[in-house]
Amino acid sequence: MIKWTEKLCPQVKNIPPSGIRRFFDLVSEMKGVVSLGVGEPDFITPWHIREACIYSLEKGYTMYTSNWGLIELREEIARHLYDNYQVEYEPRTDVLVTVGVSEGMDLALRAVLAPGDEVLIPEPCYVSYSPCTSLAGGTPIPILTTADNDFRVTAAQIEEKITPKTKALILSYPNNPTGATISREELMEIAKVVKRHDLVVISDEIYDKLTYEGQHTCFSALPAMKNRTILLNGFSKAYAMTGWRLGYACGHPEVISHMTKIHQYTMLCAPVTAQMAALEALQNGTEEMQKMVAEYDRRRKLVLKGFSEIGLTCFEPKGAFYVFPSIRNTGLSSEEFAERLLVEAKVAVVPGSVFGTTGEGHIRCSYAASADNLIEAIERMGKFFNQLSLHRQEACG
Amino acid sequence: MDEKDREILEILQNNSRLRPEQIAAMIGVDQAEVEDRVKELEEKRIIIKYHTLINWELAGEEVVSALIEVKVTPQRGSGFDNIAERIYRFPEVKAVYLMSGRYDVSVLIEGKTMKEVALFVAMKLATIENVQSTATHFVLKKYKQEGVILEDKEKDRRLVISP
Repeated sequence: MIKWTEKLCPQVKNIPPSGIRRFFDLVSEMKGVVSLGVGEPDFITPWHIREACIYSLEKGYTMYTSNWGLIELREEIARHLYDNYQVEYEPRTDVLVTVGVSEGMDLALRAVLAPGDEVLIPEPCYVSYSPCTSLAGGTPIPILTTADNDFRVTAAQIEEKITPKTKALILSYPNNPTGATISREELMEIAKVVKRHDLVVISDEIYDKLTYEGQHTCFSALPAMKNRTILLNGFSKAYAMTGWRLGYACGHPEVISHMTKIHQYTMLCAPVTAQMAALEALQNGTEEMQKMVAEYDRRRKLVLKGFSEIGLTCFEPKGAFYVFPSIRNTGLSSEEFAERLLVEAKVAVVPGSVFGTTGEGHIRCSYAASADNLIEAIERMGKFFNQLSLHRQEACG
Repeated sequence: MDEKDREILEILQNNSRLRPEQIAAMIGVDQAEVEDRVKELEEKRIIIKYHTLINWELAGEEVVSALIEVKVTPQRGSGFDNIAERIYRFPEVKAVYLMSGRYDVSVLIEGKTMKEVALFVAMKLATIENVQSTATHFVLKKYKQEGVILEDKEKDRRLVISP
């Protein structure tokens, strides 16, 4: 008998499984649950995009593409970034089509990190940054952002954590799980620190289109930041294309070519069917995308109002499709709260602690759900709160 | 009509059961403003009616629909309007459109049986003065109506929890 515990790589063994897993198993066993726990759009990919993909299959687009991705798609990505943010990327050398931002993040970290290099990761954040940093041989250094500053990281907080080993900074605004956005002015301050300490920035901007107030600032579009930034983005959120697994990385040709090397040997290329669909999304998808964004914005406002009415305190998130209210006044940990909310009120949310230590005391609620479901969820949560406070009064009395 | 009115209309068109306070929350104004705006839209007959889209077939009711192409001789002075009115006054007639192209007026009729619809066309519609001819096309199956796919089986296939 082979003893796998002896065979497995210690680095992999040391990575804890995603905190969402246990919760997912619990939810799966229950019926009649309204879920605010989903991290993807509730829209199905617009039909014209699906149809373009079907047509591409009919025409026989079933082959490998260049490692970098279809040149037509890379040109469209570059044009799109220029139109939106006036940042210029050369399609042939600066753009790599990846299997989602997930792959892009992995490639960026692996291309950049040497053993022991430190990566600054503002938390709460998406669950993969820290494990991927460790897998790439780096050391994740969390920067704790809190509701006091609306979960925005500041230049000073970053500077505080810089050591001679610091190699890179990950930024992810609009943010999952908090829905926080960050202003151009704040990013300019961060850019100064980045420049002063000669850091690489990996900017995950997958939620850029889902910005409801103000304009999204693309980090690589800031003065002098383009060459030291690896810009990651994709099609999942804006075009409701999560399952297609398609994203892209843009940056200086030198880093992109090394990322492409890893991509070439591990992935070869992103699926051509998804690339053909993405081409259609960029060429003809703006109108439907804007409709979806308008709809998210309405739901965002609906949820914020509903939450404030049932006494759930929450800073106003201006991006992505999450609200991240505090549940501290219940006296429960975010995991206890989420579990009881699920069992007693049949509403699924994700405990904030899953996304980093400062997520503790919060829950992530996704409003990528129909207005009817949101209204139902808010009502159930309201009742749950009343019961909670009743019990606490009894306990005190 | 401004942007807020347009938003209210879009929301109501999709779901007329939402309450004013819910719409108010969605578009970031107070409840009284939504109520005032809706009232005004109703008075102007921009909002005409709040109805429910029903799949009668699924309810087990027999409903026969037909689209009738009608050729009409327009009248001096009123054009097609008077003739259209004579047609749309019948309760069996569910929709009437003036068309460009091969024929003039498109009429949607609903009845309980094919015979009932056919008889209505023969006795009531074709006999109206200035109606030159009719061509009846029975609806065999409704796939999509008012922007809604009737037998939409696309359900939420997402995992209930994902990062």
